[in-house]
Amino acid sequence: MLTALDKKLLEEVADLHDQPPGAYNIRKDGEGIERRSLEGIEIKTKKDQPGIDVVVAAGKEGSVHIPVILTETDLSDLVYNTIDIGEGADIKLVAGCGIHNPGSGNAQHDGVHKIIVRRGARLSYSEKHFGEGDGGGRRVLNPKTILIIEEDAYAELELVQIRGVDETERITEAEVKAGGRLVMFERLLTDGEQTANSDIAVKLMGEESTARIISRSVAQGNSSQSFTPRLMAYGPGRGHVECDSIIMDQAKVRSVPEIWAGNAEAELVHEAAIGKIAGEQLVKLMSLGLTEEEAEEAIISGFLK
Amino acid sequence: MFTFENITLEFTVEEKKVPILHDIDLQLEAGKMYALTGPNGSGKSSVARVAMGIYQPTEGRLFYKDEDITSLSITERARRGIGYAFQQPARFKGMQVKDMLEYAFQYSDGVNCQVLRQIGLCPDDYLERTLDTSLSGGEMKRIEIATLLARNPKVRIFDEPEAGIDLWSFEQLIDVIGDSHREDTTTVVISHQEKILNMVDEIIMMEDGQIKLRGDRETVWPQIKESTLCSCRTACRLGDEIYADCPR
Repeated sequence: MLTALDKKLLEEVADLHDQPPGAYNIRKDGEGIERRSLEGIEIKTKKDQPGIDVVVAAGKEGSVHIPVILTETDLSDLVYNTIDIGEGADIKLVAGCGIHNPGSGNAQHDGVHKIIVRRGARLSYSEKHFGEGDGGGRRVLNPKTILIIEEDAYAELELVQIRGVDETERITEAEVKAGGRLVMFERLLTDGEQTANSDIAVKLMGEESTARIISRSVAQGNSSQSFTPRLMAYGPGRGHVECDSIIMDQAKVRSVPEIWAGNAEAELVHEAAIGKIAGEQLVKLMSLGLTEEEAEEAIISGFLK
Repeated sequence: MFTFENITLEFTVEEKKVPILHDIDLQLEAGKMYALTGPNGSGKSSVARVAMGIYQPTEGRLFYKDEDITSLSITERARRGIGYAFQQPARFKGMQVKDMLEYAFQYSDGVNCQVLRQIGLCPDDYLERTLDTSLSGGEMKRIEIATLLARNPKVRIFDEPEAGIDLWSFEQLIDVIGDSHREDTTTVVISHQEKILNMVDEIIMMEDGQIKLRGDRETVWPQIKESTLCSCRTACRLGDEIYADCPR
């Protein structure tokens, strides 16, 4: 039975207002509490380690929600999920983790997702992270996502951390095979003393494999962020990395995009920018009647949209 | 009535004071359209920015409807009904046209996205476009004007609305500016374009941070023509005929 707090957290990380429409598995405080498999989408508990296997049959269309919520303090949850999306399937996968830490101890979730997008399949993957709680305890989220995109498959990833996570070490690894396409959009906001490190490594393995990595972040207060997206072409692939950060107050941002090519036909581009909110943007919005604070909020909200 | 009273503006650059505007006295009446013209660097945009509160004058006072607004912020002036369409619109990563229009409507009487149609952009094509480098300078400029029209302010200042806009759109733009003018609005258009100078009630010509001439077109135009003979740059922008006569 989900409590009001559970529902609030699920709404934050998975946009769930009610029971998910498709297959789902909800994990709370280290245990699976609700699950539904469907024909063509089977969810099973792993036997050798904590976590689940999600197996999507070839050609299946639908959605899978696998959110995690933590509502206790002094809790460390480690989970390994494997998601296998069959050939030609078209799946929306919603993960994400919401932490409500009521006490002074740490609440930590380390989630390792291995996702295989089989030949010709399509995946839309959303992973949102959220933290709250006024007990003073830290909210820590360390997601690791390993993605294999097979021939002619397509995956788009939306990785979002907007509020309340004190510490995060994000690792994303992807291997894109011939004709495969990957679009990754990471959005991150830190404030106070929060820290966020994101390490992305994408390998373009075959002909006509493509990847686009877009990272947008806002660093406020005394927070610090570090981004190291790496794009490597082992074949004649094409890729683009774009890191863009707004820095405010006493925050620190480090951004080191890297591209590497081992094939003369590869085409890779990287861009990185760190800067404060432009004065002309603030003035424009204030000339429409917004206060300076409202204008800042509007600019940040648009930037992270 | 919008009044500039002895407005002086100076910037400090490397500890030296650089005069921008000097002793500007100006009364702008409701129901009238004004053109603010003059050579580049003469202070036209600075007058507009002082009016909007973007620049704080070094000396002098500003009044709007008998209220001293000199110390009011940009926000407070906007909420009192003063609007400014920038010469070079700011670009915003991620923010969509519809977001910007919603912000504009928020503190206005609230017209609708018809303003996009008015300035020649189809809402279906543009509402979800992002205000970044994917839009051309001309598109940005038209959207900038649309946000001003969306606010429906009582004092509306268009800063070189023709800049970056193609000829066909410019003709349309003149109609839009003219049609949007009301008996209770004060419209100021900063421009070098003869067609705009032709449509206003009064022309104000600036030079070196001061108002050099002011009056109706019939009175001011011959004097502008005369004075610009020595300023090829301005003359060129005022029309081919003057350019042909220019001794330079």
